[in-house]
Amino acid sequence: MKISPSKIISLLFFIFSAFYLYTAYQIQVFTFDEDAAFNAKTFPIYLGYAGLMFSALYIILPETKPSNVDLKVLDYKRTITLVILMILYGLTIFRAGYFLSTSIFLILSYIALGERKWIWVFILSFPFVAIFMYLLHGLLNIYLRDPFLQLIGIMG
Amino acid sequence: MIEGILIGLETALSLKNLMMVMIGCFAGTIIGMLPGLGPMTAIALMIPITYGFEPSTGLILMAGVYYGAVFGGSTSSILINAPGIPGTVATSFDGYPMAQQGKAGKALAIAAYSSFAGGTIAAIFLLIAAPSLSKVSLAFRSPDYFGLMILGLTAVSAFSAKGHFLKAMMMVVLGLMLASVGQDTLSDIPRFTFQNMNLSDGISFVLVVMATFAMSEALTIIFKANDPTRVAKQISLSQLGSIKLDKAETKKMVSTIPRSSVLGFIIGVLPGAGSTIASFLAYGMERNFVNDEEKQKFGKGSINGLAAPETANNAACSGSFVPLLTLGIPGSGTTAVMLGALLGFGIQPGPRLYQTNPEIFWSVIMSMYIGMVILLILNLPLIPYIARVLATPRTFLIPLILFFSVTGIYLMSFNNFDIYMMIGIAVVATVLRLYDFPMPPLILAFVLGGLMEENLRRSLLISDGSWSFLWDRPLTMVIMMTIFVIVSWQVYKSFWKKND
Repeated sequence: MKISPSKIISLLFFIFSAFYLYTAYQIQVFTFDEDAAFNAKTFPIYLGYAGLMFSALYIILPETKPSNVDLKVLDYKRTITLVILMILYGLTIFRAGYFLSTSIFLILSYIALGERKWIWVFILSFPFVAIFMYLLHGLLNIYLRDPFLQLIGIMG
Repeated sequence: MIEGILIGLETALSLKNLMMVMIGCFAGTIIGMLPGLGPMTAIALMIPITYGFEPSTGLILMAGVYYGAVFGGSTSSILINAPGIPGTVATSFDGYPMAQQGKAGKALAIAAYSSFAGGTIAAIFLLIAAPSLSKVSLAFRSPDYFGLMILGLTAVSAFSAKGHFLKAMMMVVLGLMLASVGQDTLSDIPRFTFQNMNLSDGISFVLVVMATFAMSEALTIIFKANDPTRVAKQISLSQLGSIKLDKAETKKMVSTIPRSSVLGFIIGVLPGAGSTIASFLAYGMERNFVNDEEKQKFGKGSINGLAAPETANNAACSGSFVPLLTLGIPGSGTTAVMLGALLGFGIQPGPRLYQTNPEIFWSVIMSMYIGMVILLILNLPLIPYIARVLATPRTFLIPLILFFSVTGIYLMSFNNFDIYMMIGIAVVATVLRLYDFPMPPLILAFVLGGLMEENLRRSLLISDGSWSFLWDRPLTMVIMMTIFVIVSWQVYKSFWKKND
């Protein structure tokens, strides 16, 4: 028997809802609030049960409109590369600063997606980020933390 | 009301706000034009920038982006048969055949004039309906609000996720669960924070919107190996043909616009229905109204067939602001994003907004009209140039969307944890999207979560823990019965009808 991916997702949601419900019951409320008609855990408990109910219904009932996805045509390599690049971007944005990390993230992403027009790769990275930073920091007065530019004396 | 209109005009016509409408319309058109990126993504990308502005300016910018994105969606529907948003799918039925016949310029002009007329008529309706409904909605109490919120969530699940009602309801619950993270508003008791300080304030609304829309849309395009701009490269965007309409064509539009505007506005006011249903209904209605000769042209480049959905989807956009401004309850995913932005400004929309912040209430309404004028005079002549955006390679487009998303949350929180959480939610949302789990119900539920809990708390405390508040008041009972009808209809459609 083949189980559809939507049903597997619903099963995962069922497990998630069960965990959510368990955690909701663990919420510590004030003693005087324990028997109140409504306290901090009332709404989450209802949500937990609602999650269990809808996911169980989806698992039990026959699928009326199954989602057909051809897993062979999905581009896993590029998607995972982009996700890893974003994680690295998040990791470096505070250490290397906004300008450097953003520019490098953009260059690597363009290359990862197969772009080879090097002039555009350059224009849409360092100069583009510099203009964008000027708009945010210089014109709109939005604070941007950048230790690298501070180190080389461009940013105060 | 006249005084309010003057306040609104004064605010909306200030140099700064006029600039914002122009920038909003322009940016919205460009983002909305890109297939796969709709008004929700466009507004989400603007939120971090608007937080530096006054509330009325921020909201005016977002309203401009909204209209621009709807207009931009029509452009890609007509030129490359790739609707930027679901609301412009019906536009492609006759718009794309016209473009293939070498009348792309004419089709774009019809779309622009119809959008303008539909938006203008609906803005007048909004002007009349919103203050009146504001007064009526003062009679609404907590049980009614709670019922209305459930109605909104059920309706969005039923209408926006065609055939996937249970999946949409799961997304509603997930959205409410995400909204429950953080300290309880009344008792300050931490919930689902797992002793992590980063979660004590809850999950940021901008983070969820960016992750589930901008970021996951970009990842979906790559994951599915789609190139939405490929078709655009094959057509000559500089040869769009004349944008001038002759007398006969104008006459056809004149008969279509009023009825489609009324229909679009009414559908827009209803929770969950929105511009997609409005445009399809208007298309179907128009087909029944025209003579047999014109009926044959539908789907092959009919002017009525193009004008009707375009008028209706813009009228529906204005209509969707009625429940947002008067009840504080968004009826669609896009207005939910706007509600989230308003709450971020510290403004609670609802019946009292009309009295407490008249400048916001009226300036948004007036800026809608100004936005329509700007779209017409600025975008129409520039379309051949703006349309070149369609040919932007995805190799540049996708990294730029991801960069804007990360920058948005970086500017909001200056926190690594939020960036990682956003990436995590985006990855989950991408997988969910792949299997048709809809995102708009999740966003609507996330925005309404806090308000829903508050109103349920009040209702249960007043009724001493009894659920009888759901049928005690006639108004609440009517709302609950409407919910029952929607759910029953979905169950019937899904199972019994299929078995027949």
